[in-house]
Amino acid sequence: MKMTGSQILCESLIKEGVDVIFGILGGSILPLYDTLTEYPQLRHVLVRHEQAAAHAAEGYARVTGKPGVCFATSGPGATNLVTGIADAFLDSTPVIAVTGQVATPFIGKDAFQEIDITGITLPITKHNYLVSDAASVAQTVKEAFYVARSGRPGPILIDIPKDIQVNPVEFDYSAKLVMPGYKPTVNGHPTQLKKAAKLIAEAQRPVIIAGHGVIISEAYEELKELAEKAQIPVISTLLGISSFPGSHILSYGWLGMHGMAYSNKAIDACDLVIAIGMRFDDRATGKVSGFAPRAKVIHIDIDPAEIGKNVKVDVPIVGDVRNVLRSMNKYIETMQHEEWMAELEELRAKHPLSVPDCSDKILPQYVIHKICQATDGKATVVTGVGQHQMWTAQYYTFNRHNGLLTSGGLGTMGFELPASVGAAVGRPDEDIWCIAGDGSFQMTMQELGTIAQENLNIKIAIMNNGYLGMVRQWQEMFYGKRYMATPLGGPNFVKLAEAYCIPALDVKRREDVEPAIQKAKDHEGCFLLNFIVEPEENVYPMVPPGASLAEVMETPRKEVLTWPRKSTL
Amino acid sequence: MATQKHTIVALVLDKPGVFNRISSLFRRRGFNMESIAVGHSELPNISRVTIVVDGSTVQVEQVRKQLEKNIDVVKVTDITLRDTIIRELALIKVHANSTTRSEIIQIVDIFRAKIVDVSGDSLTVEVTGDTPKVDTLYKLLKVFGIKEIARTGCIAMTRGDNASI
Repeated sequence: MKMTGSQILCESLIKEGVDVIFGILGGSILPLYDTLTEYPQLRHVLVRHEQAAAHAAEGYARVTGKPGVCFATSGPGATNLVTGIADAFLDSTPVIAVTGQVATPFIGKDAFQEIDITGITLPITKHNYLVSDAASVAQTVKEAFYVARSGRPGPILIDIPKDIQVNPVEFDYSAKLVMPGYKPTVNGHPTQLKKAAKLIAEAQRPVIIAGHGVIISEAYEELKELAEKAQIPVISTLLGISSFPGSHILSYGWLGMHGMAYSNKAIDACDLVIAIGMRFDDRATGKVSGFAPRAKVIHIDIDPAEIGKNVKVDVPIVGDVRNVLRSMNKYIETMQHEEWMAELEELRAKHPLSVPDCSDKILPQYVIHKICQATDGKATVVTGVGQHQMWTAQYYTFNRHNGLLTSGGLGTMGFELPASVGAAVGRPDEDIWCIAGDGSFQMTMQELGTIAQENLNIKIAIMNNGYLGMVRQWQEMFYGKRYMATPLGGPNFVKLAEAYCIPALDVKRREDVEPAIQKAKDHEGCFLLNFIVEPEENVYPMVPPGASLAEVMETPRKEVLTWPRKSTL
Repeated sequence: MATQKHTIVALVLDKPGVFNRISSLFRRRGFNMESIAVGHSELPNISRVTIVVDGSTVQVEQVRKQLEKNIDVVKVTDITLRDTIIRELALIKVHANSTTRSEIIQIVDIFRAKIVDVSGDSLTVEVTGDTPKVDTLYKLLKVFGIKEIARTGCIAMTRGDNASI
């Protein structure tokens, strides 16, 4: 039977297990949207800006592990996707972006809303396609999904000219994929696994650095087995947070610019780094020459180009984290590192994660700590980018796997609200907490409209300090306190939410924090909390730019409060 | 870090945009490409690319891996340290009049190059060889006045029975 290019696209999406699409339509994608009326099993979530479509697809992909799909029209629709696609690229998130394109005869003529989106997205996609005839739609979609989700996941863009969307051809999805240039290595080389096991057996002071790859390959049990069997503390990267239970006795914080001081100091003191599914980002390593100066390095990653890119590696293992750990764990003997564990406990006691003790003010750290308590550390938490993001990573103890969605590589402000949309669609029966900054939130707050229309259960907590806070902190520390363009006005967030029929509360006093969180939690549906927090609170610890992890600065304030840590399994 | 010229050979799918993907990668990651030559290979629908890149061994290994990550790129090998034949072709149009013509022809003969076009006040020379040979001939002809030069960039192959890649 003959089908149009649009029908073939929809049929192919269904065959790939897609059930939801985030998007906005326009002229060049109208035929495809018209076809969507024939496919009620494909739920369409109408966003308010294409950037949000891409972020929502990311949020959906990150909570479900399935590729997220977004649609946009040609020209500005397509260019608006760019930030979201780049974000997905840097955080290895499988996203399929489908864009309409002007009809084939108009391509190259600078037609209305024509833009070379395959050219524009070339360096920020894992691969992209300009479909040249309706007969190749099925094959393209099949290939796109395979590439997006296999190996190191990433975004794929498929650009489909308008005439191809309506051309009828035979639909055939049975053709085998022939991709001689794409064969991801998924199993670790046995020789390398044995070498790694030998280094682990010899190490006196080993640490594991668990990255996003552990979450992507769902290697939670395998990671836990390795850590427990050989008694190795697990330090995560920012994106590796929630790959290992935060309350586990072997959980030892996260590393990098705003990671825990004790974690960074442990990296400095260790004699072996077992880096699992991470890429030695500069925010994680600090000054590379001063990174883990006493340690040998085992690096497990599915992307061979990451091996040796930033840090010299002693034992590289290319493969899927889960497969590699499963095979490697067989060679690992039960071990105890009592001296090292005692030293680490001392380090943690000496350099705890602490907050200033000022009981009359609302500190953002306190709010996040309370959200963590109210949700038992088991909510899905989505953040934007800035100070609130770092505080969330520090003060929310994640006790569920894959609980934190944050923009790590690209650092995209405005990620939180649209990514929450995708997370809420992907985890409809769970609490989604969107922890926002007032600056970050204002970049994509039009998505309140999407949330209201789709009636999504998202609890929004704005840490409102009236500044572009992280930049202000840098201006305070490195630019003579000259606050150029960081003081930030905002709307009345409560009235704004109410305009979208979303209930909301201002929280201005410390004693109101807990009841407000409880109220939002108990409410069925979206609720917005606007916390008026201490305006010039800084994020500590901090590894200054250009310094090594060992040179981490801790809070200069004297009176500090530390919250007791549960050291249980 | 010490840099040197590396010769990289790649097999890539013969598809639109592949060349763009390769060159954009070099630009984006700040790798310095000296030359690139593309043509059909012995395999159907697969082109062979020879790239000369300047960099340290670590940098070039990173280039190789990044290239190989590309879905349209089948295989990439750095053949710098192997026993190779490297050639490029150049067409050089040089000023020539009745007094200089014979001297130019003598130089061309020494280099086993060919005169492929003659006109009133110019000679066009075709030369094949490795880069230093082409460079030297160019330098010698420069004194007569070069009107135009076109070079293909290097192509390369390993010696012996085995394929380069």
